[in-house]
Amino acid sequence: MTPTPIVRFRNVTKRYGDTSAVDRMNFDVYPGEFLTLLGPSGCGKTTILRLIAGLDEADVGDIFIDGKRVNGLPPNRRDVNTVFQNYALFPHMSVAENVGFGLKMKGLPPSTITSRVGAALSMVKLDELARRRVRALSGGQQQRVAVARAIVNEPLVLLLDEPFSALDYKLRKQMQLELKRLHRRLGITFLFVTHDQNEAISMSDRIIVMNDGRIEQIGTPRQIYESPDNMFVAEFVGEINTLDGVVTAAEQTTLTARVEDAEFPMTNRRGFQPGQRVKVLLRPEDLFVSQLQDEAPGPHLTGTVEDQIYKGTTVDVFIRLASGTTVCATQFFNEDAEDISYRVNESVHVTWIRGWEVVLPDD
Amino acid sequence: MTDRSPFKTAVVAVVAFWILVFVLLPNLLVLAASVLARDEVRFIRPGFTLAHYRALMSTEILGIFVRSIAYAAGTTAICLAMGYPFAFLLARSSARKLLLMLVVIPFWTSSLVRTYALIIVLKANGLINTLLLETGLIQQPLPLLYSNTAVFIGLVYTLLPFMILPLYAAMEKFDPALMEAGYDLGASRLQVLRHILLPVTLPGIIAGATMVFLPALGLFYVPDLLGGARSMLLGNLIKNQFLAARNWPLGAAASMTLTLLMGLLLWAYFVSVRRYGDPREALTR
Repeated sequence: MTPTPIVRFRNVTKRYGDTSAVDRMNFDVYPGEFLTLLGPSGCGKTTILRLIAGLDEADVGDIFIDGKRVNGLPPNRRDVNTVFQNYALFPHMSVAENVGFGLKMKGLPPSTITSRVGAALSMVKLDELARRRVRALSGGQQQRVAVARAIVNEPLVLLLDEPFSALDYKLRKQMQLELKRLHRRLGITFLFVTHDQNEAISMSDRIIVMNDGRIEQIGTPRQIYESPDNMFVAEFVGEINTLDGVVTAAEQTTLTARVEDAEFPMTNRRGFQPGQRVKVLLRPEDLFVSQLQDEAPGPHLTGTVEDQIYKGTTVDVFIRLASGTTVCATQFFNEDAEDISYRVNESVHVTWIRGWEVVLPDD
Repeated sequence: MTDRSPFKTAVVAVVAFWILVFVLLPNLLVLAASVLARDEVRFIRPGFTLAHYRALMSTEILGIFVRSIAYAAGTTAICLAMGYPFAFLLARSSARKLLLMLVVIPFWTSSLVRTYALIIVLKANGLINTLLLETGLIQQPLPLLYSNTAVFIGLVYTLLPFMILPLYAAMEKFDPALMEAGYDLGASRLQVLRHILLPVTLPGIIAGATMVFLPALGLFYVPDLLGGARSMLLGNLIKNQFLAARNWPLGAAASMTLTLLMGLLLWAYFVSVRRYGDPREALTR
């Protein structure tokens, strides 16, 4: 039995001028989950947060929060809070005043405010800085204040609009971990917006991949990464190699497709028929490269090494196939292959484990 | 200062010289005049006295001080009430450039000329009365000119841009996301205004208020031209002491007191800037 959604979009459209930022969207957010809206900038993901927060109104459709239709309800009467992209901290207030603002607006007694602000600040490890002016803080500290200012109100849903986009790489990684921990501790539903697929994959329970105001795919990070529904998702989330193929034979669950000049057995997940043109998608880490003198690995592609890039724990090998297509294969250092370097222009075999490929119709 | 280029030295020297000779020195002369004795022929003669400052304490002159401050405060309040919402909308308007232009255009004409023009608008058979009579809204012309109302109209008209421009500067720097954050955290419109917009734009308010209040104390020609016989303000008092009554020391004492008053207000402004941040500095980052 699925739990009652805490946020529900039913056929929601929001237009700005002629363009639809959100186009007939339907989705549910479940209590306690960490749901990420992932998509390129301008795809409407921030608009969704604004619609939930009440900062924008839907043109069409219904939005429900905790079972109640909230269309037309002003933001100050919605039980959700936002962590804004640039934090939008109040520059004239101290850290503690910023965090206590929501409670003060609710008219809570000062003693309650003080203790709850203290608790929220210790949750984000800012106890020491309570009396500081927010402008005197570093980016990471400001980010924590913004989070504390929102969670102190114990919202039903915490909306996070690209909260880490202004932070450098290391701080970003650290804040991601901390936010994930905070989510576990609080049990509040997090609705997180990002254009960074790594961030989405490493943090989320579920991801909604968006493009042009529409949903491309909803699923767990694993589903999104390993079985993308369409080319957009496949290409947006992570690196992927795309090969053209034709189905030569098809059964219920298996098929054979010709890719380049070789026939490969594949898993038939979408009822492909013989003769159909397909795209065969392979993640770089799923490709295996072997040298010609090694034993030929069953069905395989042949190509020449164009380039290789050393990445510390892995090596990316770029291989030009006979058709001219270049594929990237990520090779891992391990006991069997301490030396995985290839010469440029060396001919190699490329293959993969059956079933690891994603086959999509070519349209 | 590490850069000691001749250009920089020259620029600083010119400005320093200017301030010294045309600002500081005259003020010192006025200060000196205010503590010297009055002379019928040569205006002042040596002899230290604080009598003129005591003379300022007369009920008549104190009354002028109080009335001037009240007029200036009233003008500031009206300008703020009109300018604040206007500046807010101006900063968010798509016709911002045009509207800003309209605010600045009056500066192209001398404010003295514009004050004369106001007479034509306000007098008994002037524009406003003619319009109201023609449309039948009134039977008798309104006694607009030579009244306190006319003085207020003149002061507000002349000084409104000085309120709008600093407010606009503050509003333009104001990050609208702060208001959204306020609503998001449960504040009503009134609470957002009170707890967020007003305090964050306070430096602009204080700058605007200073730029309206201080000139309003000294703009003698507006009450001269538009006010009745009894609407004498501080500026008129000073002007009269120097030109009509030929009592330079008293005029100088009144002038120094006015300068002191302005100094106090400027000090309050700087204190507030230190507390709430420079209005010119981005408030968001």
